[in-house]
Amino acid sequence: MIEIRNARKRYGDALVVDDVTLRIPARGITSIIGPNGAGKSTLLSMIARLVGLDGGRITVDGLDVATTAGPVLARRLAVLRQDNHMTARLTVRDLVAFGRYPHSRGRPVPGDADHVDRALAYLNLTELSGRFLDELSGGQRQRAFVAMVLCQDTDYVLLDEPLNNLDMRHAAAMMRLWRDACRDFGKTVVIVLHDINFASWHSDHIVAMRDGRIHSQGTPEEIIREPVLQAIYDMAISVQEIGGRRVGLFYE
Amino acid sequence: MTTLAHLARSARGGSWLLAGAGLLTLVLAGVSLFVGVGEVSLGALLGSGERETRLLLASRLPRTLALLLAGSSLAIAGLVMQMVVRNRFVEPSTAGTTEAASLGFLLVTLLAPGWPIMAKMAVSALCALAGTLLFLRILRAVPLRDAMLVPLVGIMLGGVIGAVTTFLAYRFNLLPSLLAWTTGDFSGVLRGRYELLWLGLGATVLAFLAADRFTLAAMGENVATSLGLPYESVVALGLGLVSVIAAVTLVSVGSIPFLGLVVPNLVSLMLGDNMRVSVPWVAVLGALFVLACDILGRLVRYPYEIPIGVVVGVIGSAVFLWLILRDRRAHG
Repeated sequence: MIEIRNARKRYGDALVVDDVTLRIPARGITSIIGPNGAGKSTLLSMIARLVGLDGGRITVDGLDVATTAGPVLARRLAVLRQDNHMTARLTVRDLVAFGRYPHSRGRPVPGDADHVDRALAYLNLTELSGRFLDELSGGQRQRAFVAMVLCQDTDYVLLDEPLNNLDMRHAAAMMRLWRDACRDFGKTVVIVLHDINFASWHSDHIVAMRDGRIHSQGTPEEIIREPVLQAIYDMAISVQEIGGRRVGLFYE
Repeated sequence: MTTLAHLARSARGGSWLLAGAGLLTLVLAGVSLFVGVGEVSLGALLGSGERETRLLLASRLPRTLALLLAGSSLAIAGLVMQMVVRNRFVEPSTAGTTEAASLGFLLVTLLAPGWPIMAKMAVSALCALAGTLLFLRILRAVPLRDAMLVPLVGIMLGGVIGAVTTFLAYRFNLLPSLLAWTTGDFSGVLRGRYELLWLGLGATVLAFLAADRFTLAAMGENVATSLGLPYESVVALGLGLVSVIAAVTLVSVGSIPFLGLVVPNLVSLMLGDNMRVSVPWVAVLGALFVLACDILGRLVRYPYEIPIGVVVGVIGSAVFLWLILRDRRAHG
C-alpha cells in the first residue's frame, strides 16, 4: 500500500501539490486523471522519490521514500517518467538488462538473461533487441523503457503517461500487459493517464486531481459520471455505457 | 565502417578486433622506442652499447610509456565526462577543466615553489574540479537547448580562465614555462618526470570498475535514481576522476586538446555507450592515437620535432568538425 500524508510541493509561488492525503490500495491498477497542471505527474514523481517533498510523508509498504536507501526502494518500486531524453547510445537489450541493476548491482546473476528475454518478448522487442535506442521510433523507444521497468520486477510500478507515442494497438497492449501483471503477479500499478477511457476501461481505482488537490476518487463507476467529470475538467462530457463499461465522449 | 562496426559489436569479433588494436599499439610502441635523433638500434642494444641502453631507459622508454598512459587516460577522461555531463562534445579542454588545472598549477608554483610535485599536482586537480563545477553551474543556470552550445560555453569559460592565467604568468615572468606546460609535448619526458601518469592508469581502472554506474548516470537522474543509483555521488566520482587525469597529464606532458573528444565519439559511433564495452576500446585507441601522432610529429620535420599538441590539435579539430557536421545532418 502507498500512503501519502499531507504531501506538499511548491515551485516558486505555485503550490503544485497542495496538502494531498491519499491511500493507494495494494494490487491492481490505480489511474490518476485530471486536467493539465493538476499536479498528477509531480505527485507520481514524489512517490518515486524523484522529486523531494516540501512537507508531509510518503510511505510504500511502510518504507518512507525520503529516508529509505535507494537500492532497497529500487527493488520494491519502479518508475517511468515521460521525459527520457537519452543521450547514451545503448542497445535495447542493454537498456532492458539495466532493469536488473537493483538486483545484481552490476554482477549479472544466472536468471537475469531469462528476465531480459521475457521482458523483451512481452513488449514485442525481441527482433529489435540489437538495435541502438537512437535508431528506434518514439513508440518503440517507449516500449523499450517499459520493458526495462518490467525487468526491474518490482511490486510497485509507477508510470507517467505511458501511452504517449503509442499507436492504438500498442496502447491497448500496454494496458493489457499491466492488467495481466497485476492479476498474475499481484503488482500494484499507478498510472497517470490523459485518456479517461483507458482509465475507465482498465482501472480498479481512479484518483482525480485538480489544482494540486485530490478532487475525488473511487471505482470507475463512481468517477466516470457526467457530473463528476464536468467538475474535474470544466467541460461537458457525455458518458455512455457500452457492454457494461463506461465511455466518455468529449470530442465536441 | 558498417561491417567493421558489426564485427566489433559481436562478442567474439569484438574481442579479436580489440586484441588487434592492442597488438598494433604494441608494435607502434616498439617503433617509438627506436625513432629519434639519437640512434638506437636493436643490434647496438644487443651488443655492448652502453650509451644506447642509457638513452633507451632514460628517455625513449619513459616517453613511450608516457604516451601510452597519457593517451589512454585522457581518452577515458573525455568518455567519463561525456557520460556524466550527458553531452557528446565535452572533454576537459572544452569544459574549462584543463585551463583551471593550468591556473592552479601556476598559482601553486608562484605561491609555494618548494612544494613537491605531488602536492602541486593535487592543487592543480582541485582547481580543475572547481573549474568543472563552475562550468556545470553555468550550464544549470543557462539551460541550453542545443547540445552544441554546451562545449562553446566551456570553451569561453576556458578562455576567461586562460586569460587570467596568462596575465599572472606575464606579471611574474613565467610566460615561457606556462607555454611549456600548456602545449602538449613529450620530447621533455625523462625517467623521473613522468611517473605521475601512472595515476591516470589507476583512474582508467576505476572507470572500468564503475562502468555500469557511469552508464546509468548517462541515462539521466530520473532513470538512475529509479534503479537505485546514488546519482549525485556517481557524478562526483566521475568529475573527480576527470580532474585528476586532467591535472596529472597537464603537469607531466602538457595539454592535448580534442583527444578526449575524438576517440570516445568514434568508439560510441561503432559500439554505443555501454561503458563496460567501450572503456577498453577507448583506452586502447586513445593510446594508439597519441602514439601515432607523436611518431608522426617526430618524423615530419626530422631531425626536429613538432609538439604533439599541435599534431593532435590539427587532426582532432578536423575530426571534431566532421562529427559536428555529421550530427547536424543526422538531426536535420
